[in-house]
Amino acid sequence: MTDVVTLTGNRGLDLEEKLIFEQDKAGRTAVDLPEPERHDNRLGPARRTRPIGLPGLSEPQVVRHYVRMSRNNYAIDAGIYPLGSCTMKHNPRLNEKMARQPGLADIHPLQPQGTVQGAFALMHELAHWLAELTGMPAVALSPAAGAHGELTGLMAIRSALEARGDARRVVLVPESAHGTNPASAHMCGYEIESVAATARGRVDLAAMKARLAPDVAAVMITNPNTCGLFEDDMAEISAAVHAAGAFVYCDGANFNAIVGRVRPGDLGIDAMHLNLHKTFSTPHGGGGPGAGPVTLSKALAPFAPLPYVVREGEGFRLVEQAGETGAHPYGRMKGFHGQFGVFVRALSYMMSMGSDGLRQASADAVLNANYLRARLQGTMSLSYEGPCMHEVLFDDHFLADTGVSTLDFAKAMIDEGVHPMTMYFPLIVHGAFLIEPTETEGRASLDLLADLMLGLAKRAKAKEVAFFKDSPKLAPRRRLDETRAARNPVLRWMPPAPKAAAE
Amino acid sequence: MASLKYTDQHEWVAVDGDTATVGITDYAQGQLGDVVFVELPDEGKSFAMGDQAAVVESVKAAAEVYAPISGEIVEVNEALNGKPELVNEDAIGDGWFFKISIDDETELDSLMDEKEYREFVKGLG
Repeated sequence: MTDVVTLTGNRGLDLEEKLIFEQDKAGRTAVDLPEPERHDNRLGPARRTRPIGLPGLSEPQVVRHYVRMSRNNYAIDAGIYPLGSCTMKHNPRLNEKMARQPGLADIHPLQPQGTVQGAFALMHELAHWLAELTGMPAVALSPAAGAHGELTGLMAIRSALEARGDARRVVLVPESAHGTNPASAHMCGYEIESVAATARGRVDLAAMKARLAPDVAAVMITNPNTCGLFEDDMAEISAAVHAAGAFVYCDGANFNAIVGRVRPGDLGIDAMHLNLHKTFSTPHGGGGPGAGPVTLSKALAPFAPLPYVVREGEGFRLVEQAGETGAHPYGRMKGFHGQFGVFVRALSYMMSMGSDGLRQASADAVLNANYLRARLQGTMSLSYEGPCMHEVLFDDHFLADTGVSTLDFAKAMIDEGVHPMTMYFPLIVHGAFLIEPTETEGRASLDLLADLMLGLAKRAKAKEVAFFKDSPKLAPRRRLDETRAARNPVLRWMPPAPKAAAE
Repeated sequence: MASLKYTDQHEWVAVDGDTATVGITDYAQGQLGDVVFVELPDEGKSFAMGDQAAVVESVKAAAEVYAPISGEIVEVNEALNGKPELVNEDAIGDGWFFKISIDDETELDSLMDEKEYREFVKGLG
């Protein structure tokens, strides 16, 4: 089947598509407007002196181009997408319907506040749900995504420390935390120190306590962590951190495992971002945008960034200026109020699920990951014994001496028509396979994934190296040269040389 | 060249008079896979032993390279800017990262020798 050669390069429904610039033909256009009559150009030196290089295309060409491109996407709407720590869950269509209502979709952030009371009510309600679910009193809705939320939380921590005249210098980040955590702390001006993990894949409490000192501003913990494990010493960690005068930041990217079951505020957490695009079912993975609201403890609440919505009498009002209340906001994290369209979708999800539904979803997510763990652990090497949370972590010990790597295994999964899991992360295990099925998948699709992975593991153990090194064989493109792409990236299409010379 | 010294972060150190040449070990480059980018320190910058001095990025991961001893950067391997693959091809030769002055010779004593490092790597299996 793979050796059929066609005249067009197309392979049945798998259409070979040129770059849009390669389809350029001068003079083609969708809307043919007449040249304007003589007019004075008032752009001065910004006036255009030569064409800007947009390709000439008809409307059907453009439509076909993007439709054809979209067919090469693998998406949660097409099949199982078990990318670890990404919570690629189904995006209910009701959310989209809600977000497209004209009263919500067609408003502008600079409209007079009296005309957008419904939008403020929605934001206030969303913040209320997030506060209830986390057990934390204040919510900053504006951060644009998870890492932006991390920075928001850290800036609140820095503001609180500076307010007491003690900015401090170091942020501790355990090995089991998300990779963005140290980057955010660095961006906030802190030095990063790593804290070791135990043989159980959790934070080494003794090592953490030993390092706590007056120069430590905060500890950043991902819980459940990137090994898919619950940090069971969390309350004790928080108590020790607070006793040292520091704050606890929690990366909430994995909140899907504990929604409705654990309130992070009860564990002593001071700041935590929530990825609405993960836990609360709004599109991501190319579809986006994300949203990363941050919940704050009582100690950090006065330092929440602007703006935020408050209820006033029968209506709502935006607090936009420092000094409007008794608080000490450190400024804004974003131009306007946050990713409003994402807020609508997330609240739609929460309200349609209800608090009981959210609680059920987290249980199902954990059950699904453990079902995969149970089915795979006899064949693949489970990194940490015992039950996992929403994601299960294997390493490549079962591939030792086979000549097959985690990467090869993932490429072979593509031929089986599924999106591979996260690989080579977290770094604390060798050749990681991090699998997060989410509650979206039913038994049949979990079995499909387990069956195909067990089948591939069997082939790997039979040392069918050529089969793996040659994968993927059935995808629109064969295995790409990732090394060459990284060493010599081609980031921009350039017209062929002779044409450029003629211009 | 004198025999190499090693850190538990997989840097090698070759002492030459009052400076030391530093790179990552062959084991480290093998673990990282194809190296695609190396960020080198500025010449003249001082580091304490264990400070992060450089970054090495591969198709699989980004990793820090630490100053194995305290000192000042006297030279960096500019060739890595255009040819990061030197780290894979010749980790303990042309793939060197930087040369650093030796501020405190006693720090060298705390590093591993070849045999100790080999044992250390074996223990990581």
